[in-house]
This record gives sequence, C-alpha cells and structure tokens, in this order.
Amino acid sequence: MFGQRGSSRSRVALAGALSVGLAFSLAACGDSDDSESGTTDSSAAAIDCSPYTKFGDIKGKQVTIYTGIVTPEDTPHKESYKPFEQCTGATIKYEGDKAFETQVLVRAKAGNPPDLAFVPQPGLLQQLVATGKAVEAPAETSANVDKWFGEDWKAYGTVDGKFYAAPLGANVKSLVWYSPQEFKDKGYTVPTTLAELQTLTDKIVTDGGKPWCAGISSGEATGWPVTDWVEDFVLRTAGPEAYDQWVKHEIPFNDPKIATAFDAVGNYLKNDKYVNGGLGDVKSIASTTFQDAGLPILDGQCSLHRQASFYAANFPADTKIAEDGDIYAFYLPGQDATAKPVLGGGEFVLAFADRPEVKAFQTYLSSDVWANTKAKVSSGWVSANKGLKVENLKNPIDQLSATILLDPNATFRFDGSDMMPAAVGSNAFWKQATNWITGQDTKTTVDNIEKAWPQ
Amino acid sequence: MFAAILLFAAVVGVILFIAGRFTGKRDRVVAYLYLAPVVLMLSVGLLYPGLRTIYESFFNAAGDAFIGIDNYKTIFTDSEQLVVLRNTAFWVLLTPFVATGVGLLYAILVDKARIESFAKALIFLPMSISFVAASVIWKFMYEYRPDQGNVKQIGLINQVIVWLGGKPVQLLIDSPLNTFLLIIVMIWVQAGFAMTVLSAAIKAIPDDIVEAARLDGVTPWGMFRFVTLPAIRPAVVVVLTTIAIATLKVFDIVQTMTGGRFDTSVIANEFYSQSFRSANQGLGAALAVVLFVLVIPIVVYNIRQLRRSEA
Repeated sequence: MFGQRGSSRSRVALAGALSVGLAFSLAACGDSDDSESGTTDSSAAAIDCSPYTKFGDIKGKQVTIYTGIVTPEDTPHKESYKPFEQCTGATIKYEGDKAFETQVLVRAKAGNPPDLAFVPQPGLLQQLVATGKAVEAPAETSANVDKWFGEDWKAYGTVDGKFYAAPLGANVKSLVWYSPQEFKDKGYTVPTTLAELQTLTDKIVTDGGKPWCAGISSGEATGWPVTDWVEDFVLRTAGPEAYDQWVKHEIPFNDPKIATAFDAVGNYLKNDKYVNGGLGDVKSIASTTFQDAGLPILDGQCSLHRQASFYAANFPADTKIAEDGDIYAFYLPGQDATAKPVLGGGEFVLAFADRPEVKAFQTYLSSDVWANTKAKVSSGWVSANKGLKVENLKNPIDQLSATILLDPNATFRFDGSDMMPAAVGSNAFWKQATNWITGQDTKTTVDNIEKAWPQ
Repeated sequence: MFAAILLFAAVVGVILFIAGRFTGKRDRVVAYLYLAPVVLMLSVGLLYPGLRTIYESFFNAAGDAFIGIDNYKTIFTDSEQLVVLRNTAFWVLLTPFVATGVGLLYAILVDKARIESFAKALIFLPMSISFVAASVIWKFMYEYRPDQGNVKQIGLINQVIVWLGGKPVQLLIDSPLNTFLLIIVMIWVQAGFAMTVLSAAIKAIPDDIVEAARLDGVTPWGMFRFVTLPAIRPAVVVVLTTIAIATLKVFDIVQTMTGGRFDTSVIANEFYSQSFRSANQGLGAALAVVLFVLVIPIVVYNIRQLRRSEA
C-alpha cells in the first residue's frame, strides 16, 4: 500500500540539495516573504519534487487560496505548503475568511474568484461549478485521487460526470465524547451497539446523573448540531441506501423512515431525564453554544456529548485528551457491532484557474506526500487519504478518527445537510431542527423542511 | 486603489477645466457639468443595482426562470415570511415612537438642569457604539444560566430575577417576547439621537414666547402641549422618520443576537439570509424590493419635513 510512496535515497538527497540551493537563491532575492518560506525546518522535510517538474518552470509564480479555515488552524496549513514552495519556487498566498461560504459565491459570480477555494460542502461545490467559472481538475490530480481516495470521496468532488475537486481534509462526526476516568470509576463500558448506548444512558440516570449534554446555538447557523444527530441516526435506523435517497430527495424529507430517525434522536435530546447535564432543561439546548456544550463533562455534570472530531479544540489547553485521560471519544455505535456507518465531512479543492502552477499545487494537495506532511505539523486534522500514516498524527483523537475513516468495514457517508440544496441544508433543516428542540413536533418539522425543498 | 484615486482626480480635473471654458457664458451648462459625475456614480452605484434587483425579484431561486410575482406571493402568504413581516411591523411601530418619546422626555427633564451636559452625555454615549457592539452588550444582559447546583448567572436581568426569588428565564427563545427584547437594544441606541436633536430644538424656542406663556399662568403640561410641542414639531417628525428608516433597515442587531432564529427575523435579515445562505436569489431580491417600497414614503415625508423646517 505504501510501496509506491518510496523514493530512492539519492533522489531525496538531490531534492534536499535543490531545496537548500533554492532557499539560498530566494534569500538572495531579498524579498522577506520568499526568504521566510525558503527556510528549512523539521516540519518542511524535503520531498520528491519530480511530480511537479512536468508543469514546467513555475518559479516566482503565485497561487492564491481562499478558505474558511482561519487562525489558528491556518498555520499548519501554510506550514505544509513549504515543501512545494521549495520544490517549485512558486509561492502560495493564503486568505482565510470566516464568511467564506457566502463570500466565495459572491466572488465567483462577480468574476473575482481565487485560484483555489477549499469548499467544505458538496452542495456549495455544485453551486460554484454552476457559475461556470470553475475549472476541472487536471489529469494528474485525478490520478492521485483515484490512487489515494475511495470512490465515494471522488464522487463528492464530481459534478455532472466531470471531476472538479480533490478532497483535502476530513472529519469524523460519529463520535461521542466521554470521560475515561468517570467510566473507570463507575464501571461503565464503551457501548458497541445502539441498544447498549440506551442501557448505558439509563444506567447513568439510575446513578443519579444527567447522561447527555448538548448545545446547538451557533448564531445564524444555530441548529446544525441537531442535523448531525439526525443524519447519524438516519444512517443507523434507515441504513445507508435510504440515507442516499434522502439526501438526493428520491424519498421525501417527511418519509416515515426520516421521522423515525428524528424520534430516535428525540428519545435522547427531548427527554428531560437525559438532558441537559449542567446546562438546564431541554430548551437550554437551543441557547447553549455548541462550543460550550461538551464542557460540563469535565465537571462531572454529564457523561456523554455527541460531536465531531474537531470538538477536541474546545477543551481547555490543560485537558488531557487520550484514552486514559480526562476526555476521549468513542465511535457512536451502529445497530449491531458489525455495521459501522460513519458520518463525516471534509473540504474539497476547487480551482478557478488552469495555469500550470495552480495545477501543480492541486496535484501536490491531493498526494499522500502532502497528507503526511500536514499530519506532522497539525493537530485536530485528518484526511481520508489512504496514504496517510496514522502514526504521523500526533493527537489521539486524530488517530482515532483516521482509524475509523480507514477501517475497511466502515460505510462512510458525507454530512447530508452539506449535500442538500442550500435552501434545505443551510436554512430550513437548521431552522426547523431548532424549532423541534424548543417544542415543535416531529411531523410539523419534517413537513416544513419538505416544503422548503426547491421545486 | 491609488489608480482609482488618480482616475477620480483626473475626471474632476477635466470637468473643472471644461467648466472653466464656459465661465460667464451660461450658468446652466456649468451646473450640469458639475452634476454629471454625481449622476454617473448614482446610476452605476444605485440606479442600475436597484433596477437589476427589481428585475431579479421576478425570477426563481437560481435566477434562470421567470416566475412572475410568485416571490411576492411567498412573502405575503408563507407562514415563516409572515412572521418576518409581523416582526418588522413590531419594530417599525414601536422603535421610532418609544425612542423619540424617551428622548423628548429626557430632553425636557434635563433642560436647564444643573447637570445637564453630564446627563446628556450619559444617554448620548450609546449612540457612539456600533449596533453590533450594542448587541453583544445586551446579549450579556439577557444571558441565561440554568438554575441548578453552583451555576452562577452572568446575565444581569436573570440575576435580578434570581435575587427577587424567581427562576431564570431563557429570554431570547420565546417568541414574540424575544423580538421586543431586541427592539429595546435599538431604542437604547437611538434615544440619544432623539434627545440631542430635540434638546437643540427646545433651546431654539424664543424666550419671549415662553415668558408670555408663563405670565398667562400656563401649567407645565399646558406649556408642553401648547408651546414646546408646536414649536419643535418639525424636529420631532424628522427624528421619528429618521429612526423609522434606520429601524426598517435593522440587520445587525438581529444577526448578532439571534441570527434570525426563534422567529426573530426581520426583512433586512431575511433578505440577506435568503440571498446568501439559502441561495434563493429571487426571494432575496423580492424582499429587498419590499423593503425599498416601505422606505420610500417615509423618506419622501422626511425630506419634505426637513425642507419645511429649514424654510
């Protein structure tokens, strides 16, 4: 599996020599930016430069990136581009913007798109392609994706049969955060089926606790954490096929299967006995920010919090996140221990320009080399790239996520609300799910969302 | 940026040069020449986008199929959009009158008081804060923490409720109460503006009229009813309409405090959310047009009053 990755020792040495030479020549230019990117450090180990030579001499050229990944997560990103910059002499201009998701569409429509955009939602990707400004991925990138990613991941970056965008990062959403220490003290075990999860929940209630904590407040995006819950349960109670039909609107949103999944979530979230540990009653879910929601686990106010892998960043810096630490997560189990549906998300690299340097950089980002370079410098990041070596990830949660993603038994599905049309996926679903938490019944909720589906 | 400034300077220079050639011939030509850049900029920056928005409001979500007045039908029939209209009505009916009322009352109360300037500064301060900052401040006022264990309230209002022996409430969740709580923020910001303008108007009332009324033995209420109010009427109308226009366009407060959730959306917020979040270009444009139509009569009235008060 990793055989193809190896490059001969002499080549590495040559690349190293080249990059050092390049560093000197760039430093000689006197431009402070360039000399900074030219300095070699441990993170920017020399890589095999040959895949990028076929794009010609792109020295001094610039590639602009526009993304929603902002500080502090942007630092490891920029760090991971250095080997490419050293190989080719091209520079990468990185622009992070919290309002990326609305602004990128405005920029594309206005004819002012970046060279590359990191698009976190397949639905948005389709909208961007529909503007006619996007450019298909080069053959080299496509070949990389065929080699390193599963077919499903390639399909998310494909619009109308044309392959546009290679996957970048990934995250795993089917996780439940818990305190290993508490589990050890009280003799709880990590559940491996949904039934066991129910038993565990009831046991915690019997022991006098409120098992779950939850929060869905996120400004204008309030409600999205509930959609993740629902998607996870559609995968578990209705199955992956029904999930696909639901996302593509081949079955209506108010199909009984979806209502069942809502009720399965409601069994936990709309039950005053089960929520909301340390935060109030059921309604408090609506007013608690998703960032704050899992923190009561640390004070023992609640025991379980279902949230994606990136939630690790929300715990205080001195929290030990590990299998034997203060906080860790387990895979939200399926109906039985063998079925392993995994809900997740990720970003895709969409190009708006087809200059050689842009193509070369796209190819770099889709390679196993970049995935491992990125793994070594970042925390709270994984990729579905099969060439990613789990041991290169520093953070135990990242390792857990990567293990779940790369598990051959896992059935991966992309976050459904990110794939639905924006009117549903980033509006009606969020809004109605919020109303549902504050008291609206399931039938009205699914009917209203169905009504919002674009005709 | 620098090039744009140069270009602007060049255009102005050319105009001034041409205008100079006409000096002493016909004033009208010169006037039109000076007007030209303004007209040009208004048409590029205001007229064209305005017409374009009206045109787009008759198209579907993706903007590729003509659907007639369906978007407008949605705005006036869909249950969610009706909530938006209802909230906008609450905002426009309440904010201008309450803010102006509070400002007027305050202006009269502190008029000629010993600490007048200090008292005025107090109520004028919120004016200097942006809507977003004001929203953040008030979000803390309304903040909720559960009533259990050692959890402490961090919101002032809920803390007062707890001190009085009550249970903390989630203030921003229940509709339509939450809309009124958002309106308070706007009133808090705008009352200072009303107070400043009205206080200046009160000070402009000629002393002899006030003296004459006093000699006639008028009561304080009579003084307000028959002397002060008629004298400052144009200023009151200008303040009312100015706040009404600002209120119709309110976006920041709703966006910052609730993001339009829990049935608190208003037209300006919904227009943004439909256009950019929901990718419904047609409905977003239609909402913008509705907002525009609602503002026009107030603007017209406002300008007329301004002219009259200056005449």
